[in-house]
Amino acid sequence: MRYLPLTDADRREMLSVIGAKSVDELFRDVPTSAVLGAKIGGLPDHQGELEVERAFQAYAAKNLSPATTPFFIGAGAYRHHVPSTVDYMIQRGEFLTSYTPYQPEITQGTLQYLFEFQTQITLLTGMEVANASMYDGSTGTAEAVLMANRVTRRHKALISGGLHPQYRSIIETTAKWEGFGAVIGKPDVDGLEDLIAAVDKDTSCVVVQNPSFFGHVRDFAKLAAACHAAGALLIVVVTEVVSLGLIKPPGEMGADIVVCEGQSIGNGLGFGGPYVGLFATREKYMRQMPGRLVGETVDADGKRGFVLTLSTREQHIRREKATSNICTNAGLCALAFTVHLTLLGEAGFKRLAEINHAKASELADRVAAIPGVKLLNDSFFNEFTVRLPKPAAPVVEALAAKRILGGLPVSRLIPNDPSVENLLLLAATETATEHGMGPLVAALKEVL
Amino acid sequence: MVQSLDRSQGRAGGVAAGPTNTHGTFTGNRALQIEEPLIFEMGQAGRCGVDLPEPPKVKDRLNGLRRAGEIGLPGLSEPQVVQHYTRLSQKNYAIDMGVYPLGSCTMKHNPRINEKVARFPGIGDLHPLQPVSTVQGALELIDRLAHWLKTLTGMPAVAMSPAAGAHGEMCGMMAIAAALEAKGERAQRKTVLAPESAHGTNPATAAALGFTVKPIPANERGRVDLAALKAALGPDVAAIMLTNPNTCGLFEGEIVEISKAVHAAGAYFYCDGANFNAIVGRVRPGDLGIDCMHINLHKTFSTPHGGGGPGAGPVVLSAALAPYAPYPWIVKDGEKWRVAEDGAKVEGTPLGRLKAFHGQMGMFTRALAYIMSHGADGLKQVAEDAVLNANYVMAALKDVMSPAFEGPCMHEALFDDSFLKDTGVSTLDFAKAMIDEGYHPMTMYFPLVVHGAMLIEPTESVAKEDLDQFIGALRSLTARAKTGTTAEAFKAAPLYAPRRRLDETLAARKPILRWKPSNNPPETDPLKQAAE
Amino acid sequence: MADVKYSEEHEWIRVEGDTGTIGITQYAQEQLGDVVFVDVPAASRKVAKGEAVAVVESVKAASDIYAPVSGEVIESNAALADTPGDVNAEPMGKGWFFKIKMSDKGELAGLMDEAAYAAFVKGLG
Repeated sequence: MRYLPLTDADRREMLSVIGAKSVDELFRDVPTSAVLGAKIGGLPDHQGELEVERAFQAYAAKNLSPATTPFFIGAGAYRHHVPSTVDYMIQRGEFLTSYTPYQPEITQGTLQYLFEFQTQITLLTGMEVANASMYDGSTGTAEAVLMANRVTRRHKALISGGLHPQYRSIIETTAKWEGFGAVIGKPDVDGLEDLIAAVDKDTSCVVVQNPSFFGHVRDFAKLAAACHAAGALLIVVVTEVVSLGLIKPPGEMGADIVVCEGQSIGNGLGFGGPYVGLFATREKYMRQMPGRLVGETVDADGKRGFVLTLSTREQHIRREKATSNICTNAGLCALAFTVHLTLLGEAGFKRLAEINHAKASELADRVAAIPGVKLLNDSFFNEFTVRLPKPAAPVVEALAAKRILGGLPVSRLIPNDPSVENLLLLAATETATEHGMGPLVAALKEVL
Repeated sequence: MVQSLDRSQGRAGGVAAGPTNTHGTFTGNRALQIEEPLIFEMGQAGRCGVDLPEPPKVKDRLNGLRRAGEIGLPGLSEPQVVQHYTRLSQKNYAIDMGVYPLGSCTMKHNPRINEKVARFPGIGDLHPLQPVSTVQGALELIDRLAHWLKTLTGMPAVAMSPAAGAHGEMCGMMAIAAALEAKGERAQRKTVLAPESAHGTNPATAAALGFTVKPIPANERGRVDLAALKAALGPDVAAIMLTNPNTCGLFEGEIVEISKAVHAAGAYFYCDGANFNAIVGRVRPGDLGIDCMHINLHKTFSTPHGGGGPGAGPVVLSAALAPYAPYPWIVKDGEKWRVAEDGAKVEGTPLGRLKAFHGQMGMFTRALAYIMSHGADGLKQVAEDAVLNANYVMAALKDVMSPAFEGPCMHEALFDDSFLKDTGVSTLDFAKAMIDEGYHPMTMYFPLVVHGAMLIEPTESVAKEDLDQFIGALRSLTARAKTGTTAEAFKAAPLYAPRRRLDETLAARKPILRWKPSNNPPETDPLKQAAE
Repeated sequence: MADVKYSEEHEWIRVEGDTGTIGITQYAQEQLGDVVFVDVPAASRKVAKGEAVAVVESVKAASDIYAPVSGEVIESNAALADTPGDVNAEPMGKGWFFKIKMSDKGELAGLMDEAAYAAFVKGLG
């Protein structure tokens, strides 16, 4: 077997050094009732690479790839072009097969790119300090709420109806089992939700998303002020990180914690994971941040170097008093993010954002011109909501039958709610072209 | 005067080497080891590594919130970016370089076919919310992996969505909380039992869910003290959290009795599956009476560690806990797959949702490729070779180092620091000296129950001759330490790594967590130096 | 002459009238290693004997500090924010954590005097 270096001769020799007659002796503590004499039945034996590849090609053949069709789905995961350099860098064995930098002397590569990554996140979000990534934006948002509860010593979170429904669901699950309250707003379809009046002295945090799940772009400066006056924290979630190239960042609006889904940069759609959560806050809350942190220091020769720091907050030391139970970060996905963002730089990132907005503007105008279709957004970045004259889910199925991936029916993520049944969420990134938009518009006209 | 980047301190600066450049090179570099500045010290406005077309002019629809001013990101060309990250990569140790004996992390070989199939068009580029009819192959793939995991563990159900081991622990413990609530016992059962040797994520997870963690002592053989455990069981106990093999690398031989006692007391058995590599294909944890177990795909099933992530932590569930598995459920209706998402009717009462979308698909693909490559026969061999390698290391070192417990170990060998007594060399010093020998050190100071712990897990991926060299290096270091005259040399280690020992106290006292222009102190101001 | 008492959690309290100054002992700071951060309680906070009131962090550990007696916090050592190393340098002096107005001086009887604490530490081996 190609991955197993030991030969039978090796095994015999090693057993004799150990003083055991067979490897079974080394498993002697296993209760006899539980030992599987023969290998587990019903499962196939080992295969070579050719067979394995064939099996996966067969899986792939049963899927419709966005690369081959008109594609306009967003809703928390966005199709962007990732430059070729990114994949080559993350596949270097020194990155791919290295581990958490517990021994900093021989992991300065990882530590330095994470330090650069942390810096990039503070710049994008307009905040003061960022961690070395979370699993993804959705779990990062729940961690932000838990952090706000710790900081304020309060237990009631206000959740905007503009937050991604699955993010909202995770907060509800966390609240239920970890024992705090979450007040959930109605879906904020028209982007006019006003949470200020709901903030009181029991509120630990308010969680909003910008642009919202429905695409609206809003200014949260007044809400931030109201939160601070009541001693609460404002958490702003950004599910499309490219929007920060064009829209005022949450840090400049007074946010206390910013959580982003970083998938758009460096990381493909991947059917939902792995992604990369970006987490940033103010310096005064630094020690309450979950996740890993990389800090600058010097070595015994006085040379600048980087280490994991403030780790006494984490589970392996604080155990039951940790800031979180988290152990892993998003590692390689954070590397992909930082390589891609470094390639883009200031000019490229801003230009990418402009192109996205322009594409979405074009699509919005063309779709809104279809009889019976109403555009609900005055503002958006690269994603917007339209109201169709009939339920959106069957429309999307009909488009799929024509091999067009025409957006997300909101009812998929907000089921059993007649008020959103006819809503369709459409996204257009720099990858959208006339070859996609034309067929989409034509097909929509046909199906509606 | 020649202006150049002074990288002698790994910092962009001015002319000439600083006082700490002891290598005598103009650049401060040492052949293949390059002193690498930060991207913020390298960038220039006007450089970009991506060619994007001019955006068409459109009217802003941004609610007047167009971003003003500079973000502050540096501009680099593609060649510079490639060189920067390539040079950084050369400062990292990795599995691809050699033995990586980190106990409890299972640093096995990461096959590249995993990477290839994960990137197939039609797998790597799917949107999670495409109509289900367009992703039937993806759902079938996930189900196939689920089938393998259930069959290997002998458990009827599996929750696939947790993103990492600790996330899986949270899932399993939430399922237990949900089961207790369904029985009306959540308020009464507030205690969770865990051994003192448990990984920190265990008590952290339990405490987050409002449980009080009560430690269970170990006996002199390093296993759970069964009598103490039985005494601690009562109507207030919700669950026990055990790792098996445990964090000392030993199999809990009384586990069937433990699970019987736990169930008799009305509690549940959470098993931490971090050490599954020792028993995969040979033992089914389901046969031992557990209720749930998270599986670290990035440990047992070779998905790459990637510098610390991403991971994946699916959780196998017993019949008692299966109804509470979180959304989404991937369900087969006749010949077609569907995804049951929040609010959908399923045969159970899901505890809620733990993660957006469906889980770490990229890790599912890689793990399944690994599993298919090994097959049932190969996986069994993996466990046997992993256990054999660890015992070989133990047998070859036990006369000069100090094993923490008597008798054979499983897939990892645990030593304490008593063999270093009176040498002036600590576990930390010993580990740093291993770096100069070309190895990543083993896990240090974990588990906490052993003084100065050294936990060595070679995995099945190491050839015998590489093990022999590794053993030889440790024997040599041990002999040097025991002369009693080398403490200073050990404390100076490592000497040959890209960096010497780093000042972690300074990093924690004066945290610098991001680059700022002011991070470069004025003494290295290039213009000032040039004027002197 | 101020009277110093010790707890089994390696805290000391220097009593002057109704006020006590509290910190951790030489043994404790040695065990912890270089102190990097101390989270001290805010003034006017009421604490009960045995309650976790502060956290002292070193590079490798974070330990809770428990109030050896009940009372109201009157002052915390603000200097520790800039120089947490004071705890290592002078644990009984400038490395003090906070001052408390005791609500029940009878609780002092449950603490050890210097000789008893020295013997206690010796017994820890």
